Amino acid sequence: MEKGTEKAWDVLKDLTDPELPFLTLDDLGVIREIKRNDKNHVVIIAPTYIGCPAISVIEEKIASELKKIGISAIIEKSFSPPWSSDWISENGRKKMEEFGISPPHPRKADTIGEPLLKDVKCPQCTSYRTEKVSEFGSTACKSLYRCLDCKEPFDHFKCV
Amino acid sequence: MKSNMADMVFEGLLRIADDNLILGHRTSEWCGHAPTLEEDLALPNIALDLIGHAQTLYCLACEINSRYKNEDQLAFLRLEHEYKNLLLVEQENGDFGNTVLRLFYFSTFMKYFWERVKIECCFTKLKEFSEKAFLETSYHSRYASQWVVTLGDGTDESNLKMSNAIANLEPFLGELFNNDDFTEMCSQNDFLPEPTSIFDSWKNEVKAILQKGNLDFPDIILKKRGGRKGEHSEAFGYLLSDLQYMQRAYPNSSW
Repeated sequence: MEKGTEKAWDVLKDLTDPELPFLTLDDLGVIREIKRNDKNHVVIIAPTYIGCPAISVIEEKIASELKKIGISAIIEKSFSPPWSSDWISENGRKKMEEFGISPPHPRKADTIGEPLLKDVKCPQCTSYRTEKVSEFGSTACKSLYRCLDCKEPFDHFKCV
Repeated sequence: MKSNMADMVFEGLLRIADDNLILGHRTSEWCGHAPTLEEDLALPNIALDLIGHAQTLYCLACEINSRYKNEDQLAFLRLEHEYKNLLLVEQENGDFGNTVLRLFYFSTFMKYFWERVKIECCFTKLKEFSEKAFLETSYHSRYASQWVVTLGDGTDESNLKMSNAIANLEPFLGELFNNDDFTEMCSQNDFLPEPTSIFDSWKNEVKAILQKGNLDFPDIILKKRGGRKGEHSEAFGYLLSDLQYMQRAYPNSSW
């Protein structure tokens, strides 16, 4: 943490994601860095997906929250290193499961381009007898699964 | 950046951004029309990714060329001949098989393209962007490849439809791998890879997937071209009138 950015971190750590409102941006690992230059704070964020429609909402939220405490901020997007589901905190994963979304597996470098891993746990009944319904779900970051035991459909956060 | 370098980077970004925007628009036409609910979620999701790629690339282009204020001006306010996308991406969707086959061809090409940009591009912002774009296009390529195999290796009818799609798209594949003076200049300046340099990787992967689906790999020779020079096919005019309608009817409107 850069010196003099503590106040900004303090405010931003509680900001929630517009599409996953039970998670904070900090849980998701979206806020990468806060820097200071002469006039402004520069907040660097890593979009989960390049075309994620929540990004502009997130940018506005960050700017307006910081403005409330008298900080003017510039928000910059960073794609390098690309955001990874590995950056989601333990706490974030726990909250996801409580909310009925199966959290992503740890990513292995050699699985890029391989089919999704099969052992996805049902967040309703904890069974591992589940199957993929679609690689794409209700938002860019989720895929669609179904539990073969309790028959409930559920979202699985993509492992990227 | 020197002015001739800036022109090169601008034009190069435009080519890739236009490909993504136009295929994104075509893909979005499936919203509400896909054969199943899952595909109705998948295709607009992919469209969103493609349009997101275009948006980021247009923003980079605007930083270089002050003639355009923002990405919307590039996306919505240029004339037909100013778009530099491939003819492949502007063709009408056809049936679902034709749509996923085109997506498979294009995203597999882009996957290898971004992989090369990641290693050798001298333009830092694009190089950084390529890391993320590579992951997303790999996902698209995998999704589309599964459908190509499923439909090719399905019933006689689905196999026939995929064979028709292969024949239908064949004339447009040559342009994808066509080097011209511009691509040579980009490659000499370590900006973008030459399209031909991606051909072998692309061919190996596409051939393997088509084979799995009992489909024949098409002949790739240069037949139809013109998109890179702004010479488009008839379908493109209709597409643009749809894409640009809001900004033309209500200039500078915003959400």
